[in-house]
Amino acid sequence: MRFDEPAETNPIDQLKVIGQPLSRIDGPLKTTGRAPYAYERHDVAPNAAYGYVVGSAIAKGRIRSLNVEEVQKASGVLTVVTAENAGALGQGNFNFAKLLCGPEIQHYHQALAVVVAETFEQARSAASLLRIDYGPERGSYDLEEVKDTGRPAQITSGPGDSSVGDFAGAFAAAAMKFDETYRTPDEAHAMMEPHATTAAWDGDRLTVWTSNQMVDWGRSELARTLGMPKENVRLVSPFIGGGFGAKLFLRSDALLAALGARAVQRPVKVALQRALVINNTVHRPATIQRIRIGTTASGEITAIAHESWSGNLPGGKPEAAVQQTRYLYAGEHRLTATRLALLDLPEGNAMRAPGEAPGMMALEVAIDEMAEKLKLDPIEFRLKNDTHYVPDNPVRPVSPDPQSIADREKPEPNKRPFSQRRLAECFRVGAEQFDWQKRSATPRQVREGRWFIGIGTAAAFRNNQLTKSAARVRLDGQGVITVETDMTDIGTGSYTIIAQTAAEMMGVPVEKVVVRLGDSMFPVSAGSGGQWGGNCSTAGVYAACVKLRELLAQKFGANSADVQFTDGLVKAGNRSASLAQLAGDAGVVAEDAIEFANLRDSYQQSTFGAHFVEVGVDVATGETRIRRMLAVCASGRILNPKTARSQVIGAMTMGAGAALMEDLVVDKRFGFFVNHDLASYEVPVHADIPHQDVVFLDETDPVSSPMKAKGLAELGICGVGAAVANAIYNATGVRIRDYPITLDKLLENLPELS
Amino acid sequence: MKPFSYERAETVEQAAASAERNPNARFVAGGTNLLDLMKLQIETPSHLIDVNKLALYKIEPTPDGALRIGALVRNTDLAANERIRRDYAVLSRALLAGANGQLRNQATTAGNLLQRTRCPYFYDTNMPCNKRKPGGGCSAIGGFTRHHAIIGASDACIATHPSDMAVALRLLDATVETVRGDGTKRTIPVADFHRLPGDTPHIETVLEKGELITAVVLPRPLGGVHVYRKVRDRASFAFALISVAVVVQRDGAGRIALGGVAHKPWRVEAAEAELPRGVKSVMEPLLAGARTTQDNAFKRPLVQRTLASVLAEAKG
Ligand SMILES: Cc1cc2nc3c(=O)[nH]c(=O)nc-3n(C[C@H](O)[C@H](O)[C@H](O)COP(=O)(O)OP(=O)(O)OC[C@H]3O[C@@H](n4cnc5c(N)ncnc54)[C@H](O)[C@@H]3O)c2cc1C
Ligand code: SF4
Repeated sequence: MRFDEPAETNPIDQLKVIGQPLSRIDGPLKTTGRAPYAYERHDVAPNAAYGYVVGSAIAKGRIRSLNVEEVQKASGVLTVVTAENAGALGQGNFNFAKLLCGPEIQHYHQALAVVVAETFEQARSAASLLRIDYGPERGSYDLEEVKDTGRPAQITSGPGDSSVGDFAGAFAAAAMKFDETYRTPDEAHAMMEPHATTAAWDGDRLTVWTSNQMVDWGRSELARTLGMPKENVRLVSPFIGGGFGAKLFLRSDALLAALGARAVQRPVKVALQRALVINNTVHRPATIQRIRIGTTASGEITAIAHESWSGNLPGGKPEAAVQQTRYLYAGEHRLTATRLALLDLPEGNAMRAPGEAPGMMALEVAIDEMAEKLKLDPIEFRLKNDTHYVPDNPVRPVSPDPQSIADREKPEPNKRPFSQRRLAECFRVGAEQFDWQKRSATPRQVREGRWFIGIGTAAAFRNNQLTKSAARVRLDGQGVITVETDMTDIGTGSYTIIAQTAAEMMGVPVEKVVVRLGDSMFPVSAGSGGQWGGNCSTAGVYAACVKLRELLAQKFGANSADVQFTDGLVKAGNRSASLAQLAGDAGVVAEDAIEFANLRDSYQQSTFGAHFVEVGVDVATGETRIRRMLAVCASGRILNPKTARSQVIGAMTMGAGAALMEDLVVDKRFGFFVNHDLASYEVPVHADIPHQDVVFLDETDPVSSPMKAKGLAELGICGVGAAVANAIYNATGVRIRDYPITLDKLLENLPELS
Repeated sequence: MKPFSYERAETVEQAAASAERNPNARFVAGGTNLLDLMKLQIETPSHLIDVNKLALYKIEPTPDGALRIGALVRNTDLAANERIRRDYAVLSRALLAGANGQLRNQATTAGNLLQRTRCPYFYDTNMPCNKRKPGGGCSAIGGFTRHHAIIGASDACIATHPSDMAVALRLLDATVETVRGDGTKRTIPVADFHRLPGDTPHIETVLEKGELITAVVLPRPLGGVHVYRKVRDRASFAFALISVAVVVQRDGAGRIALGGVAHKPWRVEAAEAELPRGVKSVMEPLLAGARTTQDNAFKRPLVQRTLASVLAEAKG
């Protein structure tokens, strides 16, 4: 199904099942421990041997010699796979550091061997007997130091640089000017389940049960790396204990399990130990960001520039921190620039809302700072510069208009409108609910006992991305509908919203729908990434269901336009038949994909929100504790308010972590992330998050998909960090532009104690 | 983890004697620290003596008004004990500030005292560490030292002792009762129990090889107001950046102990004498000779500010 016209009224609009706050249909499987995760596939791959990955002890250099003799003699050991005996390995398209290295070492804890043994303990113990002689080389590990060697680089969505009008001239001429630099650290995905895989060969055919967000990418990359036809690889990933981007691509666990299994001719499983999750795989790269804003005396932005520096291994990409600045606020003269320097740290790659998450942590603090300079309420300043057209189009932006452009007859020529943009409403609703007007515009005015109290806000912004997604639906003689697609559920609720979609389309209760996900035998879906999964995968299921409805209408002998699917029946006029009857013993199968066409060229599709945060800062110690948080989101139709809320509160929590504690500390001498376990890389715990509210504006976006839904799960993290930072400033009067905002940075600016 | 043999001791004497016989043995109590370290091959005992069957679970008053806590009393039980909460509130508060509920259910009094540092370089066996491998060098020095010691450290090691409980025990002047391999018993003041790193950071306490802790004894209650303040980046389940324990009497006299600043719980009796003259006067002797790094220089003002806040709280 091509999607090239805005969606009209369709069966989803009935909202009998879609839009209902259903609990997860896979919940009981998880809470009773029956959901099989990648490392526990005894059911399908019995008698698996255990692989233990050995990571490099140096960050850069060469393996001079690697002696496996003692390892091979250790009890229980079956084999040791290294680059020397692994056979020729190809290079995937998505990862750029080798997944099995040697003799060259590109980063700390890069995998250089997998020891395979009868038990996990034997493999781990034997791994320590590996004798490696390293030839270390000098590496480069300090972003600050190499910043100025950074070169222009592409970001995933296109050019890393953009320029509209004459930024330099307009900035110089601006009545009010602002120029500050912000820093965000390297961050870890820190998902609960480590990267893990069980692999088994059957002749020249390989199956991997793994934990991967993108089944088809993973399958293709594994085939590419092993130099074998894609058809001979099956990848199964039905349950994933969190990913946040860390499991978008093939990682060493899957490759090494496959290599180990090939060597010992039996199934092998590999889970990365926590330290390797951090230094062996991927992380969100640190950034240095400079923001300049020029305005008129009354606060209209006339010039805005955002530059970002980050580092990565050769072949890597920059963090796209400037992205949102091309869309969020009006202003005639604009500039963004992306610079990438070489660093010999582990591979930097996507983590939840890559680009916007750190980008908004800078931009939305800058906006708060500029508002203060202008003596404007920060919300008022934002709304003054709201725009319904993409401001990076070289046309003067129009003044803000609360009405969505999509409701209008015709967009203005030469301007690219947002399909929906209800940023202003998000702020209004949020301000009301959060009691924003009680905020003191002057900082450090509110004190409760030991605590300075402050509140802050920030916009949320993230683009809506659209990717082809296919599904297969089968109706059987019991009236049960089975949906199959290689879509993944990374804890997000995919199983549930897909069941809701099929139920709505076919007029059955969700209990009559079986959802099977995460298997490369199923049609290729959008997968889980870039907050596109929910909207695109359900749209794919929609497409397949439309086809199934047509087939059933044919069987029923009626025109599909005249047929109703409701209560398990097919009805036309006064005739009706049950779905079960129509399907018969043979059943009926339909498969289709949603393919997104030119609509995305006519409209910019983005998601919007507003974050509000109240913090207390201990007057003596400078400890910041969040007291309450609110997110108001405008991101299309909410398919399931319960799973959607979970996504947003999870994202808010992650944003709070980024603001207050998350920091992969680089040892600049040895070139690695020092705090590589979950005791030392702190993420928020329950006590850090006392109260969260989420409001979804009632919105449908017919330009986005037949579901009229959009991305959501990354929107929730974008801007949170800035809202926390702005609240800390409001509480203390101290502006910290270097995340995370830990107490040591605040301390010297807090008032003397008597 | 290296292969090891395992035995479950039935009596204190048996446990001590077995430790004497097996030079590379370790006792295991809750296992919450030791097992993690064994998995990472930071500790590599060849024999484990499980002490969980020993009858060391009681909290009982002694005839002279002190309170004896069995070595195996779990942190949760100790924190919840009525006498502890009434007479030694600072201990209960310190315990509850540590780890999380699940860990405290498992962690024992003796094990807590003997938990090892959380220096991240100690935890990474690729990195030189004098505590792990004497003589290899200290990779923390010159590296990431935000959590490290600011006082009593040496050129060989700048690690801190991570226990919250031990800080309260030091404040209360507890003593540690032990049995040695030959069956002899002794009592060690907590003040002397942990050592500063010096040239031998791998020797962390005065315990001899195979010496078993049987109890911790708290002297008669001190009265006064008890406060334990733990300062950390997240609200729970994090080790202290610093912690401050105080007992303050109505006349302003009191005691102060610090966590997170040294290789042992830090207490300077001479500093306490300065209490009537205010926090600034206390700070001089309390942290005399402190040496900080760029990463942990904040700890000195943080101690001062936290102490001021805690004393204000104690005064009510
Ligand atoms: C994630 C995490 C977070 C934590 N956070 C905190 C925190 O915030 N604050 C805090 O204070 N602690 C914290 N801890 C540490 C925790 O308190 C200790 O792990 C625990 O107290 C150790 O007790 P155990 O009984 O489990 O000791 P074990 O691990 O069994 O033993 C520890 C050591 O003591 C020795 N030992 C045990 N019993 C005896 C005995 N009777 N005689 C002689 N030697 C003995 C063992 O041989 C071993 O060397 C944390 C631990 C973890 C894992
Ligand atoms: S500070 Fe101590 S524990 Fe840490 S690396 Fe140095 S010697 Fe080892």
